[in-house]
Amino acid sequence: MSLEQFMNEAISPWLKEDGPDSDIVMSSRVRLARNFEDTPFPLIAEEEQMDNILSFFKEEFNHQTYNQYKDFEFVRMADLNSTEKQVLVEKHLISPHLADKSKYGATLISKNEQVSIMVNEEDHIRAQLYFPGFQLEKALQQAFELDDWLETKINYAFDENRGYLTSCPTNVGTGLRASVMMHLPALALTRKINRMLPAINQLGLVVRGIYGEGSEAIGNIFQISNQITLGRSEEDIIEDLKGVVEKLIEHERHARSILLDQSSLELEDRVFRSYGILQHSRIIESKETAKCLSDVRLGIDLGFISNISKSILNELVVLTQPAFLQQYAKKMLTPNERDVFRASLIRERFTMEQKEEY
Amino acid sequence: MECQECHQNPATVHFAQVINGEKSEIHVCQQCAKDKGYVSQEEDAYSLHNLLSGLFNSGSNTMQQQSLRKREETLQCDKCGMTYQQFARLGKFGCASCYHTFADHLNPLFRKVHSGNTLHEGKVPKRAGSNIYQRKKLRDLKVKLQQAIADEAFEDAAGIRDQIKSVEKSLHREEEGEDS
Repeated sequence: MSLEQFMNEAISPWLKEDGPDSDIVMSSRVRLARNFEDTPFPLIAEEEQMDNILSFFKEEFNHQTYNQYKDFEFVRMADLNSTEKQVLVEKHLISPHLADKSKYGATLISKNEQVSIMVNEEDHIRAQLYFPGFQLEKALQQAFELDDWLETKINYAFDENRGYLTSCPTNVGTGLRASVMMHLPALALTRKINRMLPAINQLGLVVRGIYGEGSEAIGNIFQISNQITLGRSEEDIIEDLKGVVEKLIEHERHARSILLDQSSLELEDRVFRSYGILQHSRIIESKETAKCLSDVRLGIDLGFISNISKSILNELVVLTQPAFLQQYAKKMLTPNERDVFRASLIRERFTMEQKEEY
Repeated sequence: MECQECHQNPATVHFAQVINGEKSEIHVCQQCAKDKGYVSQEEDAYSLHNLLSGLFNSGSNTMQQQSLRKREETLQCDKCGMTYQQFARLGKFGCASCYHTFADHLNPLFRKVHSGNTLHEGKVPKRAGSNIYQRKKLRDLKVKLQQAIADEAFEDAAGIRDQIKSVEKSLHREEEGEDS
């Protein structure tokens, strides 16, 4: 398969679009946790009960169209091999937790991969929507519509005082986890981010690396999300998060302009060195790839680089991860083989872009 | 980032190691961290579940606390069979009914996890019916009334009292309608 053909299948269509403030906010996500009223939560449910939920989703929602999200496809984890499951994790369509629960886990994915509804994860239902750029309110509004659609067929576990009842006490109430993925290279370079993170935590928000809980921010990509789900309305939760993200955008832009004023040449040198490494290296590890992609992304945003589009970088963030490399190579690769394969895939991608220019 | 040992799972344990003055960074998954002896079982005690379950046991040992614990020992959800002790250990509920069974013991936990909040303020499922909306409105109005009285804003208080009466009336009508 050609790289172009593979990419078309590998990259979620929504990821190719540009959203508001996309020089800093890469994507916005809203997730709602819901459960069936009369079935024990997946943690202790019996096999038959989990199987009933799977059958219900398959019958009611497979190949259904909701709003503009066409053709939901029902995918059982048990029908996928471990690389295929890992690919879904790397595309952020399912959680690592769901990938592990192979027997009774499933997901409904919309055709453009913007919506995925995980079934039998920690909760019976975890519905999530992605939007490119900074679009939290739109994501919430559409998540509410999706929720209403699911609710036409499902009696949710709900209590007047406690709200939506979830397996973990940290999700009870709204069941809402809203998050944004932010690229903050200038705040990281100037080490200002270290001073800001504790303040963000004090506001009831959590900052994590790109792969969620416990992961570090590789490639200067930070995920910011709400922690509190009880006692505040969904709109208020989104408003709080939005306020902090707006501040971070402002600080990042300010830090970028100071860097440009005070050390433009050094910054340009850093950007082009990283661009050179991506274009010419023969062996490259994932950590160095993430660092170089961050530098080149900054270079495009600052206008140093104009002959490639930012969507290539979004693609490469996904394509250079282990499961994707193996999927493209159609075989298991050792870590060293992956570093070689990764370098060649990145070179190939840049060459393709140059060809397209003529 | 992937685990540098198994190259399969995402790395969730990160630390720096200094051997003979040489510093190196280690990024591994939970399993490899345990297998390679990077973390002991005790360190695992800082996981979310264990932190959560720790919140249940942070009270003092007064007589009142002891009798509360006695009651906790016998608590068991009759729908899913989860005992209060299992819940405290796992930090997870077994089913929706656990919320009712353990209701008397949950406020301190929710307060700690959700910055002092114990009551839901958000979306209500349409199927749950409109009287949940009305009851919530009534609750909000009563809080507002108390505030208005405290602020000595008696004109506002009179207006809020009228609103309370009208919500109570419609709620009463709805409940009677449901009964018949």
